[in-house]
Amino acid sequence: MALSQERLGKYDPQNPQKDRITDLGPRHFWQYFPPVIQRNYGKWAYHDILEPGVMVHVSESGEKVYTVRCGAARFMTVEHVREICDIADKYCDGYVRFTTRNNIEFMVESEEKLEALKKDLASRKFVSGSYKFPIGGTGAGVSNIVHTQGYIHCHTPATDASSMVKAVADELFDYFRGMTLPAKVRVSMACCLNMCGAVHCSDIALLGYHRKPPIIDHDIISQVCEIPLAIAACPVGAISPDKTPDGKKTVKIKQERCMFCGNCYTMCQALPLADKEGDGVTILAGGKISNRISEPKFSKVVVPWLPNNFPRFPEVVQAVKKILEAYAANANKYERLGDWAERIGWEKFFEKCDLPFTEHLIDDYRLAYDTWRTSTQFKFTDKAWEVSKAAGGID
Amino acid sequence: MAFEPKEPQKEIKYQELRIYSDEELNNYTEEELKQFKIKHDIPDVEELEKGPWPSFVADAKREALRRRKLADDRMLIDRDVVEDMLGQLQLSFDDGETHWKHGGIVGVFGYGGGVIGRYSDVPEKFPSITAFHTLRVNQPASKFYNTDFLRSLCDLWEYRGSGLLNMHGSTGDIILLGTTTEQLEPIFYELTHELQQDLGGSGSNLRTPSCCIGKARCEFACIDTQDLCYELTTYYQDELHRPAFPYKFKFKIDGCPNGCVASIARADMSFIGTWRDEIRIDQEAVKAYMAGEIEPNAGAHKGRDWGKFDIQKEVIDLCPAQCMELDNGELKINNQECVRCMHCINVMPRALKPGKDTGVTILCGAKAPILEGAQMSTMIVPFMKAEPPYDNIKEFIEKVWEWWMEEGKNRERLGELIQRFGLPKFLEVVGLPPAPQMVKIPRENPYIFWKEEDVPGGWDRDIKDYRARHKR
Repeated sequence: MALSQERLGKYDPQNPQKDRITDLGPRHFWQYFPPVIQRNYGKWAYHDILEPGVMVHVSESGEKVYTVRCGAARFMTVEHVREICDIADKYCDGYVRFTTRNNIEFMVESEEKLEALKKDLASRKFVSGSYKFPIGGTGAGVSNIVHTQGYIHCHTPATDASSMVKAVADELFDYFRGMTLPAKVRVSMACCLNMCGAVHCSDIALLGYHRKPPIIDHDIISQVCEIPLAIAACPVGAISPDKTPDGKKTVKIKQERCMFCGNCYTMCQALPLADKEGDGVTILAGGKISNRISEPKFSKVVVPWLPNNFPRFPEVVQAVKKILEAYAANANKYERLGDWAERIGWEKFFEKCDLPFTEHLIDDYRLAYDTWRTSTQFKFTDKAWEVSKAAGGID
Repeated sequence: MAFEPKEPQKEIKYQELRIYSDEELNNYTEEELKQFKIKHDIPDVEELEKGPWPSFVADAKREALRRRKLADDRMLIDRDVVEDMLGQLQLSFDDGETHWKHGGIVGVFGYGGGVIGRYSDVPEKFPSITAFHTLRVNQPASKFYNTDFLRSLCDLWEYRGSGLLNMHGSTGDIILLGTTTEQLEPIFYELTHELQQDLGGSGSNLRTPSCCIGKARCEFACIDTQDLCYELTTYYQDELHRPAFPYKFKFKIDGCPNGCVASIARADMSFIGTWRDEIRIDQEAVKAYMAGEIEPNAGAHKGRDWGKFDIQKEVIDLCPAQCMELDNGELKINNQECVRCMHCINVMPRALKPGKDTGVTILCGAKAPILEGAQMSTMIVPFMKAEPPYDNIKEFIEKVWEWWMEEGKNRERLGELIQRFGLPKFLEVVGLPPAPQMVKIPRENPYIFWKEEDVPGGWDRDIKDYRARHKR
């Protein structure tokens, strides 16, 4: 049957339970596997990356499937999805796949189709000139930057996501289309530390962050919030009950305790944190998820704050480039960014990347002690001489 | 080999379901698009049309123009939604603050998740997006589609919503961005009845599980990631749609320790494919790699000249367990010492393969920083066979949930609860013996919480008895 076109379709608001279907779950995956994938499921013998963004997977049976991986803005329109469908219908028998990192994968079974597909994809551009389907994102390069909603569709962001990702991805475009790095580099972006994107184990993580404590909307807080929940929401116990001069229930905040996590705002809409001057971007680096060679690790804060300089975030872009270029020039083959930083020492990382080291980068939250150096094994950099001078140890 | 859905699924045929005619789908020209100006002045947003990376702004403008040119009765929410959304984005740049209100409780009848309320806080400027709610649509495992399904979804979403979406959200769902309260139920009705497709999770629910590409197109996959993902998603539909948990709960399924869906960083329960027998070696292929006949690491490094492949330097010396050696040109692996990091297999995929006796390692407790800092999952079950109907896995899941629902505080993730009670308590709850594999190092302090029953004679002692031996 066709999709309905009446205003409320076949739904009857007087009788919402009528014919209701629930708990279906997702569509089953098998029907969406192209035939070559169905035939060779579990039989793949090996793969090769033929060129950036183009892979061939070879089955034990000898069958091959060629994949072309394209970057995409994860925020897209039905117009774009329809164009993806046109391509999939033309070359891929109507099948297409998306990756965890918001790339699009088109699969074909022959080299002739592969060449035609690549040519077609490369030729498609938006009227403003940007590529619709840039090919890349494989091997030792920068894959698509995963991100969150930002100003497009969220109530808690400390920055915008789509614009920052576009700005950074424009600048890193050749790393997406190439495989010149020592290992893969995963760049991720989250617009507040709720981190829908869980970026905390990325080679480079961009994180929106507030720097001003919440403002209290005394007039409405007792009507729109469960005050005890708002108080309990604060991980550092900075919020306590209070009364307004006219006797209304409200809260007070020990501002010097605030670590700007925003959890109170998540729980209570009368405690907004967002602020043009306060909000900005924190950069973390050196995390990874793979168990390859070294264990998975968290990203570390390497730039405490940069301004929200919309729409192109030049300071953020420059910092990312500095880190990436220092890594590209100095790391060993197979060495992830965090492994490189650990091998040379974080003191050398700051020197090589030409990033200032400030007190903000020394942990003073819980378990901070685990991150402090308790040995005489370190390397001398200018930063070490600065301290030695300040201590009167040298001239 | 083939997998079947639990209930038969009808085939989705776009030609039967479609709303828009071909003429309507091609209702603007390239020239019109070049000339097109939206109703708001958005210089900073338009700046993002430049540059080589796909521009979400250029894309959004296409949809804006399409909506301008559709007939009045060919869409059920305001035609200006895309233009107003872009206008509000410009205002957010100007103000350095978002203009979406805090939450708002909307949903579909009987579900406590899948819909997120969204309202503009400047409706007088952007009236069409006064209410602009999100729907999460549960993606098929590992995100393969056919165009009949996608085109049908596009028609539905353009007709009853904004035509804006995410492919995909961070957790894995298709995110439909922006519709009115009125259209939520009709969209849900069409999704379930015509597309046989359900919503995903949000709020204090099981969130939509996700998995890597697995055996569909990866030689490293140790388990049927899609099948396990589908089974857990459908088996726990009640938990996914009706909030009964202290907070969100995520399952993610990786086929091998490379971890392409990042389960170890993002999932309250991470399933990672692994093996317990020996890495399979094809010595002829090893020799071919050594002779430079096959490119290492499947060609991942071919963008730069790294010199001739050196198996000693690039594989054997980088092995974290130092369990490999070359013996007369033969590669030897001491599998007893192997930690299954995947490096050697990644570098020489034609020569080395994971073992054949496969299953999952289960780790628990990962989460993003809110509230008390980010956590990665902790290794709990070293190895578990993962075969349909996955009863062993479900039994483990339910033990964990039972404890978390009993003891977890409001908005306390599993990882935080385990920290609060301690890993030993968690092991007691799930009925597992402790093992050194669960820790990086044994404890460095002697503050052991001995229980009374651990100590002969118990804790009840008589001070007089003590004083009989020790004067004050």
